[in-house]
Amino acid sequence: MIHQPAQLRVRSEAEAATLPPLLARAEHLAGTVLLGEHGRRRAGMGDDFWQYRPAQPGDRRRSIDWRRSAKSDGQYVREREWQIAQSVMFWVDQAASMRFSSDKNTPEKIDRARLLALSASILLLRGGERVGLTGGALPPKRGEHQLLQLAQAFSNDDDSDYAVPEARLMLPHARAVFLSDFLGDPEPIEAALTKAADRGVRGLLVQVLDPSEEAFPFQGRTIFQSIGGSMQHDTLKAGDLRDRYLERLANRKDWLRHLTQSTGWQYELHHTTDAAQTALLWMYRALEGAK
Amino acid sequence: MTIFGIGFLSPWLLTALAALPILWILLRAVPPAPVRKLFPGVILLLGLKDEEQVSDRTPWWLLLLRMLALAALIIGLAGPVLNPRDDAERGTGPLLVLMDAGWASAPSWTAQRNALDALLQEAQSDGRRVAMMRVTDAEEPVFQTADTWRSRLPGLQPAAWLPGQADFDRALTALESTESFDTLWLSDGLAHDGRDAMLARLEQSGTVRVLQSGRPVIGLAPPVYEDGAIQLTALRSEALGAQDLSIAAHGRDPAGAAAILARATASFAAGETEAQVSLSLPAELRARITRFEAEGQKSVGAISLSDDSLQRREVALIAGREDREGLELLSPLHYLEKALEPNAELLSGALTDILPANPDVIVLADVATLAEAEEQALLDWADKGGVLLRFAGPRLAASDVSRSEEHPLMPVRLRAGGRSVGGAMSWGEPKSLAPFPEDGPFAGLDVPDDVRVTAQVMAQPDPTLADRVIAQLADGTPLVTRKAIGQGQVVLVHVTANAEWSTLPLSGLFVQMLDRLAVSSSAGQPSAEALEGTIWQPVQVMNAFGQLEEAGNLPGVGGPDLVTEPLGPSLLPGLYKNEARTLARNAVSAETVLEPAVWPDRIPVEGLSQPRETPLAGVLLALATVLLLVDVVASLALSGRLTGSLRTAATVLFALLLSPQLAEAQEQGSDDFALAVTSEVVLAHVLTGDPDLDQMAQAGLNGLSETLFFRTSVEPAAPVGVDLERDELAFFPFLYWPVHPDQPIPSDAAYAKLNAYLRSGGMILFDTRDADIAGFGASSPNGRRLQRLAAPLDIPPLEPVPEDHVLTRTFYLLQDFPGRHLGRDVWVEAAPPDAERIEGMPFRNLNDGVTPVVIGGNDWAAAWAMDDRGNPLYPVGRGYAGERQRELAYRFGVNLIMHVLTGNYKSDQVHVPALLDRLGQ
Repeated sequence: MIHQPAQLRVRSEAEAATLPPLLARAEHLAGTVLLGEHGRRRAGMGDDFWQYRPAQPGDRRRSIDWRRSAKSDGQYVREREWQIAQSVMFWVDQAASMRFSSDKNTPEKIDRARLLALSASILLLRGGERVGLTGGALPPKRGEHQLLQLAQAFSNDDDSDYAVPEARLMLPHARAVFLSDFLGDPEPIEAALTKAADRGVRGLLVQVLDPSEEAFPFQGRTIFQSIGGSMQHDTLKAGDLRDRYLERLANRKDWLRHLTQSTGWQYELHHTTDAAQTALLWMYRALEGAK
Repeated sequence: MTIFGIGFLSPWLLTALAALPILWILLRAVPPAPVRKLFPGVILLLGLKDEEQVSDRTPWWLLLLRMLALAALIIGLAGPVLNPRDDAERGTGPLLVLMDAGWASAPSWTAQRNALDALLQEAQSDGRRVAMMRVTDAEEPVFQTADTWRSRLPGLQPAAWLPGQADFDRALTALESTESFDTLWLSDGLAHDGRDAMLARLEQSGTVRVLQSGRPVIGLAPPVYEDGAIQLTALRSEALGAQDLSIAAHGRDPAGAAAILARATASFAAGETEAQVSLSLPAELRARITRFEAEGQKSVGAISLSDDSLQRREVALIAGREDREGLELLSPLHYLEKALEPNAELLSGALTDILPANPDVIVLADVATLAEAEEQALLDWADKGGVLLRFAGPRLAASDVSRSEEHPLMPVRLRAGGRSVGGAMSWGEPKSLAPFPEDGPFAGLDVPDDVRVTAQVMAQPDPTLADRVIAQLADGTPLVTRKAIGQGQVVLVHVTANAEWSTLPLSGLFVQMLDRLAVSSSAGQPSAEALEGTIWQPVQVMNAFGQLEEAGNLPGVGGPDLVTEPLGPSLLPGLYKNEARTLARNAVSAETVLEPAVWPDRIPVEGLSQPRETPLAGVLLALATVLLLVDVVASLALSGRLTGSLRTAATVLFALLLSPQLAEAQEQGSDDFALAVTSEVVLAHVLTGDPDLDQMAQAGLNGLSETLFFRTSVEPAAPVGVDLERDELAFFPFLYWPVHPDQPIPSDAAYAKLNAYLRSGGMILFDTRDADIAGFGASSPNGRRLQRLAAPLDIPPLEPVPEDHVLTRTFYLLQDFPGRHLGRDVWVEAAPPDAERIEGMPFRNLNDGVTPVVIGGNDWAAAWAMDDRGNPLYPVGRGYAGERQRELAYRFGVNLIMHVLTGNYKSDQVHVPALLDRLGQ
């Protein structure tokens, strides 16, 4: 395998090439929402400076800020702002069904989902929260490095047609965000959500749909295939199926809405033709409000 | 079988059309191919059943398209033919094409040829052998394949005369040995003598068909001068409805250029075959008319050349004595006036007053001595071609003029006193005239018996006398002598101009003699007798289309033949000349009657514009193919598979189908062309028609453009080749014109464009590319071609580039202008003669205008030529010296373009010292 290092290099270049744009777009999107770092307005564990206070007995010598103390007679301790980190875990559907776009001008569903997840992660990381992925692949951590890891994780595609939500290894009382089209088998979804609710995890369920999935604009003899090719449906008159398909889709949405209400989650429907910012703002508010 | 005027070769195939409705049903029943769609929502569709099991229908228009394609295919295979000719008419066996081929065919000659071409094509497809025969030029018919004749069609020309009895006789003789053939007679629509016999002979051999133009033949009779106006008579062969015919009088304008001097309209009344119109013109204008032409006819019959009969000579009459008032019959000028008045302009007055009017003839009747100044003036006038006609008389006999030595204004020396014979005091009878010598101007004139001479002046016998006598008495004494003076002549009649000495002025011979001496010109066509003994040399002859051609070395024609013989190969219509007289022989004479041909009922007569038999199978099969292609694209589009590359392919396919029209559109888009060449400076070269040369010129200008771009602020776009006939020249500041010996001469319109271009400041660089080996002589083919090309151009006087010409310093300082050759001279517009160098200035003050042409032979384009990478294409010289020469060639190009674009800006710099001085520096 003489070519392997070269191939590896090429592949890693290609992989890496996708990261910066996604990151950049996510940063850009986050920038529109980020209002400013919100601290806890009190001294505590944190990275940012809060105040100097005179040293008191019991303070360790190490914590004395010598630079400040040298300006006066007393000794001062540098206090940092107390920042509580909340853990938010994301699950983005990477399955083939997400890699679909009905028009070359609209992004694929998976692209929109990753963008939303990463933008929200940026907002959360800036807010000092810990962000990770469900399922133990990437435990919640803080810092910019985590962002890179997230972006890395988002660039892996899944080959299966429809994905099953990952609800394992969820931290108790953490927050979770699930992004998917939720067209697959409803049972694993319900199972995942109830399992999360049992652990006291609450969160957001964002359903990302393509406009053609809402409109079903097909006529004539058609063979419908899933993206992965695992299932197909043959019809002589696609136009006739439209009403029944739309009914099924509405049922699915109703079911999701009902499920989220019963588990204390929040549900949002997002179309790839809509602006990503709308959905991001909703996610931000929803995460903020629940804190 | 014929349906709707379209014939079918295999009509039974058309029954297949009945199958089309079945196809309709079949095609409708078959569902279209399914469309494959990727759709994530398929999981929601699983288990859904179609409510109705009805196949989707092919759209009706696609069905129609396919039906049309199939119908076109079926009809195309059935072999449709537009304008099919009946098989029965076509006949088999050899075919003789007989053409009248006289000038009456000329107006419809193109139509005849086209009709003939169609017929020959038909004969070719039938495999018939064809012979062609022109009645006016009959030869034994040779039966050959039709395509042989088709290739010879363009060379067939009508003759400038009408076929007559003799022609038909000759044709009959030529046909003698030929048997059994069908005949196609291309008639010109006139009834010719001998036609009936010919028709009878042809009908013996087979069927006869006649093709004949529907247009009547138009003829123009020779103009007649009557009552101060020119009477023109137009003839037509058929008495149709009213018709106006415009007749133009062509001639030379005062500047000598050909022009239409007058126009008249002859109106045929309905049912008439003759129309008259009279044209009243001033004598001076009338004398300049060279021909009358019925406009729009294009045949020699519609052209009537005018000769002397329209020209009236100016004759000045001067008599020695005018003292016998009241005795008119004794006046020396009386008989002359009577003889000349009908057809000459008579002038009278003092000799010195008359000479400036430059009369054609001056008659001195019994004038002996003239003043020194008058003599000299007369000599000068005669030297330039005047005819001085002197009559003897008592005064001349009594004077000493030309007595001891020959007077310049007398042809011979005279003996003193003269002689009188047959009088009361003398012996002998009055003398009669001897027959005129054969080679003299009076040759052939009949001498009446009653002409008697009683007195005359006698010539001294001199060595030259015998040559100078042109008429003598029965006893051998000279009666008329003449001598040449420069281009003119002096003629002495040894008797008086009145009846005192002879009865000559009383006879008709007197008028004829004056006529022969070109003193008068007879009105109308002279009779055969009057022309007896003269030989007329053709000057210009006309072909059947009425185009004048130089006669070259055609043999002369005897006078009587000229007016009486029918036209033929040895007597072509045209202008004939005998000494100072000209006579026109026209195709239509005053007696000509254009009688329409009448064919017996049994002969089918057809018009010339036969619709051509056109096979349509190819068109229909192509249509079917195109429709099927459209069907392919449409089907793909319908099933949603027309994506990406397929769509591109389809677009390309349609573009290909439409490309001929696109190309045309590009040609017509002159605005685009104008925009393209005017948005930047564009150098242009004239397309010569030789692809190699044009390519070299293109490469050369490309190299020059690159050089300019690189070295100067002139940044030309890619050079273009211009077609002088088609392209507008005004957009180009500079034209490079390489001269090719085989280059076609541009049309008049193109020359008009070129002249306008030169006048409006354009420049043409003529390059003979022959290194100017022989200077600008005609010794190289390129030089000769250049002379012919440039002759109609409005080019000012030229001179070799002077040392101080602005071309030598517009950008680089140059002394010579090499190209691929190191020729010596390059010619530019000559400096004005008053240009001179001011003291202290380096150059002459030459600051007006850009030279419109630069002419040289150094093959500059070859030296400039470079390929796309900037490498020179042609070798120049050798080694370093060659490269230097190429560099100088580039510099010349730069200088030239700078000269074109900035004019004489550099020349203005001679004023710089003066300007600085004025500014106080």
